[in-house]
Amino acid sequence: MGQPEQQEQQVAAKLEVTQTTAPPVGFSPTEADKVFDAKNVSIYYGSFRAVTDVSISIYQHEITAFIGPSGCGKTTVLRTLNRMNDLIATARVEGDVHYRGASLYHKSVSPTAVRRRIGMVFQKPNPFPKSIYENVAYGPRINGIRGKRQLDEIVERSLRQAALWDEVKDRLNKSGLGLSGGQAQRLCIARTLAVEPDVVLMDEPCSALDPIATGRIEDLMREIKQRYTIVIVTHNMQQATRVSDRTAFFSVLRDEKPGKSDTRTGVLVEYGATQQIFEDPHDSRTQAYVTGRMG
Amino acid sequence: MSATVQAGPATPAGPASGLSSRRPLGDRGFQVLALVSGLLVLVILVLIAITMSQQSTTWFTSEGWSGIFSIDWDPAHGKFGAMAFLYGTVIVSVIAIVIAYPVSQGVALLLTEVVPRRWAAPIVSVIDLLAVVPSVVWGLWGILILVPWLQAHIYGHVASAVNNIWILGNLFGFLNHNYVSGASFFTAGLILAIMITPIVTSLSREVMATVPTTDKEGAYALGATRWEMIRGAVWPHSQTGIIGATLLGLGRAMGETIAVALVVGASPTISSHLFTPGYTMPSVIALQFGEATVGVFRAALIGMGVLLFLLTIIVNLSARAIIGRHARRMGGAA
Amino acid sequence: MAVTAEQAAVDLREPSGWRRAKNQFATAAMWFAFLCMLVPLGFVLVTVIAKGASVISWQFLTNSTVPPNILPANVDGEGAAVVGTLEITGFAAVMAIPLGVLGAVYLNEYGGNRPLARVLSFFSDVMTGVPSIVMGLFIFTIWVLHFGYSGLAGSFALGCLMLPIVIRSSYEMLRLVPNSLREGSYALGATKARVTVTVVLPAAIGGIVSGALLAVARAAGETAPLLFTILTVEATNPNLFHGANTTLSWQIWENAQQPYAGAVARGWGAALTLIAIAFILMIVARLVTARFARYSR
Repeated sequence: MGQPEQQEQQVAAKLEVTQTTAPPVGFSPTEADKVFDAKNVSIYYGSFRAVTDVSISIYQHEITAFIGPSGCGKTTVLRTLNRMNDLIATARVEGDVHYRGASLYHKSVSPTAVRRRIGMVFQKPNPFPKSIYENVAYGPRINGIRGKRQLDEIVERSLRQAALWDEVKDRLNKSGLGLSGGQAQRLCIARTLAVEPDVVLMDEPCSALDPIATGRIEDLMREIKQRYTIVIVTHNMQQATRVSDRTAFFSVLRDEKPGKSDTRTGVLVEYGATQQIFEDPHDSRTQAYVTGRMG
Repeated sequence: MSATVQAGPATPAGPASGLSSRRPLGDRGFQVLALVSGLLVLVILVLIAITMSQQSTTWFTSEGWSGIFSIDWDPAHGKFGAMAFLYGTVIVSVIAIVIAYPVSQGVALLLTEVVPRRWAAPIVSVIDLLAVVPSVVWGLWGILILVPWLQAHIYGHVASAVNNIWILGNLFGFLNHNYVSGASFFTAGLILAIMITPIVTSLSREVMATVPTTDKEGAYALGATRWEMIRGAVWPHSQTGIIGATLLGLGRAMGETIAVALVVGASPTISSHLFTPGYTMPSVIALQFGEATVGVFRAALIGMGVLLFLLTIIVNLSARAIIGRHARRMGGAA
Repeated sequence: MAVTAEQAAVDLREPSGWRRAKNQFATAAMWFAFLCMLVPLGFVLVTVIAKGASVISWQFLTNSTVPPNILPANVDGEGAAVVGTLEITGFAAVMAIPLGVLGAVYLNEYGGNRPLARVLSFFSDVMTGVPSIVMGLFIFTIWVLHFGYSGLAGSFALGCLMLPIVIRSSYEMLRLVPNSLREGSYALGATKARVTVTVVLPAAIGGIVSGALLAVARAAGETAPLLFTILTVEATNPNLFHGANTTLSWQIWENAQQPYAGAVARGWGAALTLIAIAFILMIVARLVTARFARYSR
């Protein structure tokens, strides 16, 4: 506390960003609990600035939700956390992103190693055209695990964690493509958990699913957050209130008009405990969004 | 459940241990391997151009530009003019396109507009089978079955019927002495047409499939018959693509060797009469190479190979350019 | 049915006779076009089967000396040519298929929109249009003049022919693999090579294999590239790398120009064998496509 905090507040004031790190009662995060620490991150696609000056800290064993209207950079920021934006040729990240104290974009950092620790579940389930077993075993295999017994154990453990084991244990050799949407997404989660990452990023994981499947995945998230840290992008505000501990609200720069969708620049408006964001938002834009007047 | 190991501990400066690593050797090696394979195409094409031109220089030097394109072909007396073969190549390919175009368009339209999807398979099978018959088998059938039959039953009658009609007589009439030959320009063109129809059909079909359904529905909604819809909605959209497809067929026809060599008649002639024997560039290379032991003779044949190479590349490039323009106009629909 | 005044005013009959006639004529013309394709195909297949079947026998397919043309039909066979076709086409496939698939991998996975990749893709298309006889002449000038005739030279020529075809068809198959599969693999920490080899190639393998089989069928039937590269022999040459060779296509080419009935009959037999080989490859290609289509979305 002190200088960094003051700097942060100056920046926040400039952008009219209201950032509270006030934790829920009884929880005092320390530096050691910080998983991600992003400072003044701006992301460009070519010359187009997609996201500007985002500063945010993600704490471990919490579920952090990114909410906000479409096109304001939530997914872009999420993908920055595991260097998936590297796959887009024109993408460029400015600012600092620290992962457990280490700079994520340092030139000696291998994106491959990053992604083994920080996994991702996508909006549309994308099981490989392999068997269910092979889908889950894929990650461990590429990490060098070859023994059949070991793989069997990992596959079962991951499928249990993803609440899918009972449904597929008799057909592990069937194609992963034959599962329903909700099952396929749980398979993708199991696949991600199989490499025992530190963090699981989720990009609107339930948007393609029906409410029952969504509910099961939300239960899943609550269970696994004891062992992992989760960051989820969601369009569904109720979902954010149901599962997340902290919520970050993104929007577009104040002076931009809605509707010019290709040129809007995203910005982090407010970040705080979920309860506070929804019941007592400090920024008027946050309030407009969460009460349904906007977005 | 065993406890999960926490990720690497923070270090005061620099990246955390375990996050940094050089790009693995296997990854880089694979990329290099893939690049080299891709480059192979360029290397081969360049080598073709260079080595074959080298081998044919004596032809250029001994004949000069006028000599190369003269109509005088007489290896026994050292004359190596290629005009007759160039003429034959062009004529035979044009005949092939003229015959293949309507057939391929008809079948392509059949597949895209007329036949319901589930019944399309037999028609597609016919196209595929036609494409898989080897050129030499067409040639065998051509020379042993088609040529005698055409000579005995068709050409003679057609020629006598039109001999005195202006233009038709020049094309299909007798060259001299009531003689028509089964092995001739026209037969070669006919067999070529059979051979290039599959590819022109398939490509035309792909082009026609990119016509937006809304346009077709719009025509129908105005009360058009299917034929009127095709003329109004399908053709305007597919014209450039079909021209490109046809040009590709033309390129194939020009390069086709074996079937043509067997049925074209092997006689270097420049004549408008299509029922007379002729010769094409690939055919003369195929048939005469064994006898071409003298330097300039061989150089001439290889030189014609170079000409053929250039010619087909030009036709192909034009076709790709036209198809490319079509694809861009359609918004890049694959 | 009584027609009210209103119903009579709305004309729901078919379009005028002239328009209808044009439409029907057009449809008939399209079917006639199909007939124009069907007739030569049927004619050729029937002829080849009729004339070739009488010559085919186990001895025909396996005997190892190349019969002199004057020999009557059922005495000898084309075994040497069968072996030659299998050897020469097989080796060409062994060279062209891996190189072609790797080249397509470069173009689709690594090249992207870079100028080099666009140039290579462009020239690979150009190369598909190069006549097969030019490939034969090329190998003649670059190899045969220095190292003599051999089955290997024939394989090189056929390989040059197959390479751009395999590149193009593999490229199209790789393009069809949805990006979400690649992303899923990257997100698990795979390197690009791993992503390509363990996820992308397996997803595209059905299409790649069937495209490769069709390229092999095309190469097996080619004659022109072999004219200047393999010469001809009197007996089966099992050594691909040394000495002249022969293939079914070559034998058909020769026999078609012979006046002797025996040679001609053997030509038909060889034609039937060649068509059967190409046909089998085509069917296998179809089965592979169907089986893998079942296994993927």
